[in-house]
Amino acid sequence: MIHFLPLLLVFLPFVPALISFALPDRMAVWRDVTNISFALIKLGLVGFLLLAAREGVITEWRYEFLPGHDFILRADSIALLFVTLSAFLWLITTVFAIGYFGRGPHLARFFGFFNLCVLAATGVAMSGTTITFFLFYELLTLATWPLVVHRGDEKSLRAGRIYLIYTLAGSAAYLAGIVWLSSLVGRVEFTAPPDLSGIPRLELTLIFILCIGGLGVKAALIPFHGWLPEAMAAPAPVSALLHAVAVVKAGAFGILRIIYDVFGIETVSDLGLATPLAMLAGATILYGSFRALMQNDIKKRLAYSTVSQVSYIILGASLIGPFAIIGALVHLVHQGIMKITLFMCAGTLANRMGIKSVTDLDGAGRAMPVTMAAFSIGALGMIGIPPTAGFISKWYLGLGGLQSDARWVIAVLAGSSLLNALYFLPLLYRAYLLPPPEGRLPVRELDGTWNRMLVLPAALTGLTVLAAGLFATFPLSPLSWAVLIAERGYLK
Amino acid sequence: MSPLDLLVAVPLALMIAALLLGTWVRWLLLTAIPVMAGLTVWLLLLPEGSAHVVGDWNLPLGVQLRADGVAQLMVGAMAACASIVGLYALHEFAPGPDRSETAHGYAFWPLFYLLWGGANAGFLSTDLFNLYIALEMVSLAAVAMAAMGSLRAALRYFVIALVGSLAYLLGVALLFANYATVDVTLLAEMARPDLATKTALAVMTAGLLIKAAVFPLHGWLPPAHAAAPAPASALLSAIVVKVGFVILLRLWFEAFPAIVAPAGLEVLGWLGALAVLYGSVQAIRQDSLKALVAYSTVAQIGYLLLAFPLVATAAGSGGAWAGMTIHAIAHMLAKAAMFLAAGLMLKAVNGHRLKDLHGLARAMPLTVAAFGLAAVSLMGLPPSAGFIAKFLLLEAAVEQGAVFAAAVLIVGGLMAAVYLFNPLAWTFAGSDTPVVEATAPLRTAAPLALALLAVSLGFAGQAMVDVAASATSARLPAAVAVDVR
Repeated sequence: MIHFLPLLLVFLPFVPALISFALPDRMAVWRDVTNISFALIKLGLVGFLLLAAREGVITEWRYEFLPGHDFILRADSIALLFVTLSAFLWLITTVFAIGYFGRGPHLARFFGFFNLCVLAATGVAMSGTTITFFLFYELLTLATWPLVVHRGDEKSLRAGRIYLIYTLAGSAAYLAGIVWLSSLVGRVEFTAPPDLSGIPRLELTLIFILCIGGLGVKAALIPFHGWLPEAMAAPAPVSALLHAVAVVKAGAFGILRIIYDVFGIETVSDLGLATPLAMLAGATILYGSFRALMQNDIKKRLAYSTVSQVSYIILGASLIGPFAIIGALVHLVHQGIMKITLFMCAGTLANRMGIKSVTDLDGAGRAMPVTMAAFSIGALGMIGIPPTAGFISKWYLGLGGLQSDARWVIAVLAGSSLLNALYFLPLLYRAYLLPPPEGRLPVRELDGTWNRMLVLPAALTGLTVLAAGLFATFPLSPLSWAVLIAERGYLK
Repeated sequence: MSPLDLLVAVPLALMIAALLLGTWVRWLLLTAIPVMAGLTVWLLLLPEGSAHVVGDWNLPLGVQLRADGVAQLMVGAMAACASIVGLYALHEFAPGPDRSETAHGYAFWPLFYLLWGGANAGFLSTDLFNLYIALEMVSLAAVAMAAMGSLRAALRYFVIALVGSLAYLLGVALLFANYATVDVTLLAEMARPDLATKTALAVMTAGLLIKAAVFPLHGWLPPAHAAAPAPASALLSAIVVKVGFVILLRLWFEAFPAIVAPAGLEVLGWLGALAVLYGSVQAIRQDSLKALVAYSTVAQIGYLLLAFPLVATAAGSGGAWAGMTIHAIAHMLAKAAMFLAAGLMLKAVNGHRLKDLHGLARAMPLTVAAFGLAAVSLMGLPPSAGFIAKFLLLEAAVEQGAVFAAAVLIVGGLMAAVYLFNPLAWTFAGSDTPVVEATAPLRTAAPLALALLAVSLGFAGQAMVDVAASATSARLPAAVAVDVR
């Protein structure tokens, strides 16, 4: 029975997806109820698996879908890190999306594809082979596209086009890489790196570049980051869950898998590929922050901030060291909850007060105190101020840099923190210290169910950002889980 | 009696019945579907490599029908396609409300059954002359169906198809003069690499390339397929071109594997690669939806040819063979779905250009979904039968170091994404819901069922590979068959 759990967990969102597609708009209440209850069920299942995995029980489901290729879903500890994040944020974002759209038209389609995206993201997390990973990775692209073009205006269609060109080309490169690799060494499972000795270095290097380059598109590594700021044309819940969490994380997570479970850290450092990748990640961190500084549109600013922050994960993964990998894993979760908080707040501000650009923010702190408080926590987390979650990530990444004798990492982290402060603090300054513009109507932030569904999710994730930092050493906190993963296999 | 006979005979009987009982098309179709479905299941359950000699005339004089993996898969996909397209066509080609017949309605149904029987004969027969007859039956039906849309395109199609048939027939005559038999299995034992045989193979191949619309002999296809009524386009693009392809397989891998030169296979592979690239570029450039889908057929046929050199040098596994066969049926289902969906959308908006689709995803979500799912399979993205095929071919290409073929497979998939996401993007454009005429539920269901079949076969990869491979062990060229085992 327990073997079916990974399968059940991955394909669970298919049920609310079908129900959402099928229910007409006038039965929207039932759609909302279905979506929320399935998100809760999924969270429960994840909790069960999480406890099992802590005891060392790894569940797995497999069947041979093509000769020589198994379809494997495995709930190992690193998969559960990502799954827990996505299951928790799925619930939060579902509530937020219901509040955000209210009873607008054409939401059946939105919630249907939204569920399919969650299915794909969970599949990405639990994939046990390179091919299985590809299946879900591609499904994620397909299911996200209708959400990007959801509004149907010129800007969204353009964003959709750019998104597809980048991501489909990226996954084609990844596919070429993994097929090439499996033609050399047979099937590649994520349990232990295959024996790569005897394969020419040049070939291995090319395969590595194809895989990392392909996955780097979704992870928004420069120079493949161009789609992410464009995709901000999508509605806020999409930006929040998908672009801040699911899609970019799928890329970053894939890179982790490639480095640690496909090539293995010895091979990667042997080939001399770790340092260039770390440097590319470092460059992305700084570049993203610089570009964020120049954006006036809040969502665009957050998008460039994502470009920068996701590369922390890649930086940690490519530094090859125990502290660095802990930093990378913990940031996978921390960046998710911090960024989703920021995006949900941005969505609320735009939805309720029409605030879209930085200059509109004047006095918003007084009008929407809860939202702005959550936003502030998220922003402080991004900068890396203790005791927020962001501080923990940066601390471990910094230690990792020192441990791997890469002192430049400290400079990158410090520089990025400074830039983060430069592009987030003015927002807070405007919101709290400048007077609101003349004629702005007062907003009652927490009046009515719709408003509460919009505001409270962000407040909850904001508190989580604080909690993940304050209680970092508690069992089952993101940090302790990352340490557990590192102890179990990534610390060889 | 054997299902092999019946699979050909029943549609032909239905053709005659349709000629005589024009106004009873609905009942005929509702009889045909379960009967053909039953026969197809029977065929799939036959032991591996079952053969049946028609009318008890033994070889070399008689005509043999045989159920190998290719035939089983093709006949099965054909039955699914024809049944669903038939149900869709009931509306378009049914007798009028006063039970009077329309000219098209009268003409369509006999042609429909002729095509069904002819295609089944083409998939099952191992006799080159019998295959010629099958080819002619299919071509006749196809030309007449194309004529329902555009007489001009049909005329052009007719002339070119005639050239193709004659070329093929010439080859058959040459072979008969040389070997006194035209049975594929017997020819395989006797084949000598002399000039006459090579000439015969060359002219027959040329003829079949015309029939299968392989670049650069594809010119007749886009106008004919784009102009025909939707159900006819679906049958033309999904089935007719595949008959030429299957005969090409019989010829190259079954009758003459011993004498085909690697160079010849390379040429076919190159033609396939060019077809993929050229067809995709043309599809990207089209402004009319049906022309886009028609050029996509040119591109997709290219993959079948691209696989030829991969199949011939297959090392280690029958992956390339399975990939090629699965691609043929994946394209059959997905392309039929796409033409039917396109037909519904264009009829609803009363236009033919991509921009006429503006906002349709809100007005006809199920039809757009069918189009989208079919597109997923055509692009070779998971989960779909198209992906399984593309993946197997890609794997074979990489294993053999055929870098160019691998690159074409990947680039072709990306180009397909470009031309297929374009119409889909139009259906999402805007925020208003266009007012369109409601479509009958059965007609909405037809393309959706085909598309769902194409997608869900993506979960049955292993089973399809097994069926396709049961063919290879029966009769691939010796050098290859060893590897397969």
